[in-house]
Amino acid sequence: MRLSKGGLIERAKPLTFTFDGHRYQGYAGDTLASALLANGQRVMGRSFKYHRPRGPLTAGPEEPNALVTLGHGPTQEPNLRATTLELFDGLAARSQNRWPSLDFDLLAANDLLAPFLGAGFYYKTFMWPRAFWEKLYEPAIRRAAGLGALSGQANETRYEKAFAHCDLLIIGAGPAGLMAALEAGRAGADVILADEDALMGGRLNSETLSIDDTPAHAWAAHTVAELASMPNVRLMPRTTITGAYDHGTYSAVERVSMHLAAPNDAPREAFWRINAERAILATGALERPIAFANNDRPGIMLASALRSYVNRYAVVPGRAVAIFGNNDDAHRTAADLLDKGVHIAALIDSRPDATCTLPVRFIPGAQVAHATGRKSLEAITIATQSGTDRLQCDVLAVSGGWNPTLHLTSHMGARPRWDAKTAAFLPAPDAIPGLIPAGAVTGRFSTHAALEAGLTAARDALSVLGLKHAQTDLPTAEDAPYAITPLWAVPASGMGKGRAWLDFANDVTVKDVKLASSEGYKSVEHMKRYTTQGMAPDQGKNSNIGALAILADATGRSIPETGTTTYRAPYAPTTLAAMGAGGQGKGFAPERLTTSHAATLKAGAPTVEAGLWHRPSYFPRPGETHWRQSCDREVAMVRSHVGITDVSTLGKIDIKGRDTGAFLDFVYTNMFSTLKPGRVRYGLMLREDGHVLDDGTTACLAPGHYVMTTTTAAAGPVMRHLEFVAQALRPDLDVALTSVTEQWAQFAIAGPRSTDLLNTLLDDAVTDEGFPFMACGPVAIKGTPARLFRISFSGERAYELAVPARYGAALFDLLKARAEAMQGGAYGMEALNVLRIEKGLLTHAELHGRTTAFDLGMQGMMSKKKDFIGKTASERPGLMAPDRERLIGLRPTGAVKQLLAGAHLFDRDAEATRMNDQGYITSACFSPTLGHAIALGFLVRGPDRIGEEIRMVDHLRGVETTCEVVAPQFFDPDGGRARD
Amino acid sequence: MRLTCPLCGARDRREFTYQGEAVALSRPDPDAGPEAWNTYLHLRENPAGWRDELWYHEQGCAAWLVVTRHTTTHEVRKVQLARDVAKAEGTA
Ligand SMILES: [Zn+2]
Repeated sequence: MRLSKGGLIERAKPLTFTFDGHRYQGYAGDTLASALLANGQRVMGRSFKYHRPRGPLTAGPEEPNALVTLGHGPTQEPNLRATTLELFDGLAARSQNRWPSLDFDLLAANDLLAPFLGAGFYYKTFMWPRAFWEKLYEPAIRRAAGLGALSGQANETRYEKAFAHCDLLIIGAGPAGLMAALEAGRAGADVILADEDALMGGRLNSETLSIDDTPAHAWAAHTVAELASMPNVRLMPRTTITGAYDHGTYSAVERVSMHLAAPNDAPREAFWRINAERAILATGALERPIAFANNDRPGIMLASALRSYVNRYAVVPGRAVAIFGNNDDAHRTAADLLDKGVHIAALIDSRPDATCTLPVRFIPGAQVAHATGRKSLEAITIATQSGTDRLQCDVLAVSGGWNPTLHLTSHMGARPRWDAKTAAFLPAPDAIPGLIPAGAVTGRFSTHAALEAGLTAARDALSVLGLKHAQTDLPTAEDAPYAITPLWAVPASGMGKGRAWLDFANDVTVKDVKLASSEGYKSVEHMKRYTTQGMAPDQGKNSNIGALAILADATGRSIPETGTTTYRAPYAPTTLAAMGAGGQGKGFAPERLTTSHAATLKAGAPTVEAGLWHRPSYFPRPGETHWRQSCDREVAMVRSHVGITDVSTLGKIDIKGRDTGAFLDFVYTNMFSTLKPGRVRYGLMLREDGHVLDDGTTACLAPGHYVMTTTTAAAGPVMRHLEFVAQALRPDLDVALTSVTEQWAQFAIAGPRSTDLLNTLLDDAVTDEGFPFMACGPVAIKGTPARLFRISFSGERAYELAVPARYGAALFDLLKARAEAMQGGAYGMEALNVLRIEKGLLTHAELHGRTTAFDLGMQGMMSKKKDFIGKTASERPGLMAPDRERLIGLRPTGAVKQLLAGAHLFDRDAEATRMNDQGYITSACFSPTLGHAIALGFLVRGPDRIGEEIRMVDHLRGVETTCEVVAPQFFDPDGGRARD
Repeated sequence: MRLTCPLCGARDRREFTYQGEAVALSRPDPDAGPEAWNTYLHLRENPAGWRDELWYHEQGCAAWLVVTRHTTTHEVRKVQLARDVAKAEGTA
């Protein structure tokens, strides 16, 4: 029921919304929960396990019951709290975890099965037979127990991630946070003030307090307006700080457009990383319930929540209100309701010595022991010293005291400490470096204390930041003492049937916690896992302390002896979409494209991923229906005419300096200081542990100027390695390293006619005499400077031509056209791979991190005249042992003519078992040049077994054949085709 | 987590690549013997406390850094250029 006046809602802005298809009306400034309560709809969900009808317990982000789903299909978003969902025109929410409807839920039969569904029922009931778990029990439990569901479809909704930096981050915009922001803002600090609510002010918006003789909510609005006018203050409403991390880093989720009927291009949420020099924790406190039988009936809510609904939203969710508490906030609630003219059935205070001056029926020293009514509270049973009394009421406000919202202080491992005076956990001192807790989060609950603590905390932060204080006056406000006598659960004895709920969201009762204790789960961590208390979306915000107190009582220990729970980030449920914003699709795997990419696609070539690079697989010609046809043609084309391919993806590192020769000698196994300008040399690079890191060619362009190529896969790791060697191991050497992979487009021109093709382009023709095998030098194409290298990865006469990347696309087109005019053309990765396997050249299939130079037959490349990275370790006996698996070639000899990479090798007559494993195949292909399959692999004592017939078995693909061990160079083993 | 690169200033840790304890700076002589090389290659103290470790400012200036970090609190006491540390060790 809506009150005729008052509240902070905008009555001039009525909004229409639906819940489970029914149309309702609310106002701007409402939450879904307040608007539903105003319309008399108090059941908003069904509980997790027992499907009990539930209404809102709270009016904030800690809500365990009123969870709803918004949207359909890919945008369906479950488990949103109705208590924080801002109402907008056209909002359409649905209830969850009920079938067929919220009002009539067949699965509520689970409530009758409660004796079988208590703590640990998963472990007890469904143990046997084992096969039933997967097929029967688990699917049934999953259907019956749970929350809202996702659609399973990919969500295209926009989310964003963002970064912010500030001097001072203030977390929470209640009285402490606003006061701190005012002082720090006026002092000129760069301030971020973040609050999870849309309306800043915290409890000031929900109480009937005064600050400096103005209504507290008006003071809050006035202060927010002043802060908004300061250019050095950034207000972040609708922003929940979800985690505290090292070195002043905080995570936050901002609900950017969730509250808008038409978000247009705005992201739904933004995930922030905020770096703050200092931070103030002004998160206040959350009220806690008291457990008694059937304390989950719709209409029973926290006293502070009821005050929020009445004062902020002008909603009274019933006709007859009873109030039950163990502290003075119960009285404050009664006063507010009286002021609004609401009938108060009784004020029940568990403290025998409590007094009350309000004109209400006051029952001190009594407890609410039981509630009746199913879909709505109908009556309560009050236990006094003289007996029990039944009282009709449809709303019961409960105040069990306050828990400081100290979650963030636990995020770096600090444990809260118990304070007996406030019967609450308080933040550990210095829990987060640079974070100052202020206000109710420290257990000081008066408005005056909050304002004063905010001011003091701001001044402490300003001093650290080296800023002058602004001398802001401390406003006057109430400073009532906090008097509480702890009461966690009303004793069950003699109160009839009914379970007392602790964790509403996960359906955990007082009995469950006691059961856990009696079954030996006496540690709070064990109890939590056994009962699932605290593991629901509210993360135990309403139940952790109560459950701990009951466990302490059951085990005969004090609360501090029993421990606490460790709060972990995120503080509030956070969508993965927000945390992963920008990380979908190409954001997850960015594409690196060569300058020939467009031409590659235009030629109809399918592409293959090489790391993040996209490279052409093959260039199909008309009539070719299978990749092998294209590949075989391209191989033959290179072997007999000329082919071109883009090799720009190989890492290119520019190396300059007086000591470059000595540096290369130190990182390569072979000598480079003897390399003359205009020459290229193949080099092998080891890790310090003696295994091969990478291979490639390095060209000497001029004295002290080299360009190194790495394999595509190792470009990053090699750069990192070279920088480490240069900076950390050989700082005595003058050498500078620059990655130029992106700066140069480079194309291989391979085949017997490569020189002819090249000379149609170059301003000055090259000759074998002037430009022999392994030469390099500057050339020009129509005046454009280029670099030419006579190197070969195909075994054919070949060049690599490099131009500044901006010319890459044009040069590729030109090369492709010229090659096609000479019975050649472009070739892709498939042909490139076949060409190199035929030659026994290596890639990271062979250089996979566990092979040594010795394994690869390259021990001759390890210079004895100098030290180099990996030299000492590579000389360890185990790395030079003859019975290591060493590089060999294979060709099939059996009926099956197929060789497969990944297959394992065995002696011809041995059983194909792991114990008999003799090696494996790393690369395999069909060689169109030789007319049969070929493979490279590693075989125990491989080079000593040339000519032996062995067995290949691929257990995975079920292929088996015999093959002959041959030298790894299948084609032109002496290299004459490339050289001469 | 934030690291203050001596060349670039305070930066998010995502700009850096981690590379373990800074013993990798103290490369033994080639003839130092198997014990010394085994220690250098494989043995790390892994203390619960202060430790010098290597970070690479890969998304920044490409400097290798020696970061003195407390492994339990993540407090960073000192960040030096590996080049400077290596030079100082070389002259010691
Ligand atoms: Zn840097």
